[in-house]
Amino acid sequence: MTADVVVTGIGVVAPNGLGTEEFWTATLKGVSGIDRISRYDPSGYPSPLAGEVLTFDAADHLSSRLLPQTDRMTQMALAASDWALADAEVDPAAVPEFGMGVVTASASGGFEFAQNELQKLWSNGPEYVSAYQSFAWFYAVNTGQISIRHGMRGPSGVLVTEGAGGLDALGHGRRHVRKGTGLVVSGGVDASLSPWGLVSQITSGRLSRSADPERAYAPFDVSADGHVPGEGGAILVLESAAGALERGARIYGTIAGYGASCDPAPGSDREPGLRRAVELALADAAVAPPEIDVVFADAAGVRDLDRTEAQTLAAVFGPHTVPVTAPKTMTGRLYSGAACLDVAAALLAMRDGIVPPTLRVPDQAADCPIALVRDTAREMTVRTALVVARGHGGFNAAVVLRAGPDSN
Amino acid sequence: MATHELTLAGLTRILRESAGEDEGVDLDGDILDLSFTELGYDSLALLEAAGRVERETGIKLSDDVVGEAETPRLFLALVNELVTVGT
Repeated sequence: MTADVVVTGIGVVAPNGLGTEEFWTATLKGVSGIDRISRYDPSGYPSPLAGEVLTFDAADHLSSRLLPQTDRMTQMALAASDWALADAEVDPAAVPEFGMGVVTASASGGFEFAQNELQKLWSNGPEYVSAYQSFAWFYAVNTGQISIRHGMRGPSGVLVTEGAGGLDALGHGRRHVRKGTGLVVSGGVDASLSPWGLVSQITSGRLSRSADPERAYAPFDVSADGHVPGEGGAILVLESAAGALERGARIYGTIAGYGASCDPAPGSDREPGLRRAVELALADAAVAPPEIDVVFADAAGVRDLDRTEAQTLAAVFGPHTVPVTAPKTMTGRLYSGAACLDVAAALLAMRDGIVPPTLRVPDQAADCPIALVRDTAREMTVRTALVVARGHGGFNAAVVLRAGPDSN
Repeated sequence: MATHELTLAGLTRILRESAGEDEGVDLDGDILDLSFTELGYDSLALLEAAGRVERETGIKLSDDVVGEAETPRLFLALVNELVTVGT
């Protein structure tokens, strides 16, 4: 038997709400954070929409020593880690430093910081480039800065699997807890909406070209033409169930199952890997498909990817059976932050007995035979949830969550 | 080409701009003989500050030299020696 790993703290930075409760309230009301990009004029770009976190001012949360050395994604990750630890009522200074680890996901590194420094490089010369460029752009920097800030020197790392990363980080964090690290701060935050970040994402061919925030990013709809990018994510506190119970911590839920897979090479006639990831997660949790109360979908917003996901869910659960939702239609896709935010939302759905809606699917495609929770939140008991995530490059991951500490 | 001498006020301004200021440290106090470590600055912060000093004064500082100047007094002496030579 392996030790159960539970979530005891949540910190959220999302385009439709700063902090867990603000995000959750907005999400249940169907308030979208997607709009025309405001930090620069996006009219020269084919995809002018994004989910920006307009209310996040790093100087409100971080010291002036940290500001010059951190990308926006790191500033958000540090704030979210503070909130998650406070939510878990953990004082890191009172815990042995090697008993705490940090595992985050990062899809792109710090593009905004790097763009600023590259602009200095080509316009003024190398002597104008910040010394902090040496690490501020780096994939592992969120993990490193969280580790330094809270004195966490146990097993740590970073997962780079694009949009699947949020779940892969939690899966890896769970391994560390099971091997004996009492507490792991885990999750993902990305913020690559600077012009260079946006242009790099456009090359994927997966961004919607719509300029209408009421129509762009319509997953599972016949009109789906890509996603809207967003910034932010969630940081969670993972602990062993035994440890959490011993210190009387509030437990949001158990990470009962995790599965990951890779897609076959493009052009292969083998089936996509998503189903295997879902089945691995269910098997790992020892949960049968009918026990899953709700699915938080990856919701790529690209027709063939939507079809793959919907048909995978239909194959595992039966067509139009389990309720499926995609609250990321209110934030845009947050890359490494997306799936952690979905995990946070799923845990909050368990807490409050209500499932957030999917927005903007007026005409669900017939080849997407899933029971979408559309437009308004649905009150229902959620004991067990499945979160699905995919990353560009063939990454698939799935996590099964169970309310409360696990029973087995 | 060297332009002007660096004062303590100039150095603290550059430190603030390039690397921020630790809470609990008063950069406007008597800091000339405190170590940069005591002032909350690590080697990378000093490297960043040294880059700004170079741009503002026109001198060139080697990385070794930056590492050897452990206090603001030593750092200023080192910079201003080069500024004077260059003038």
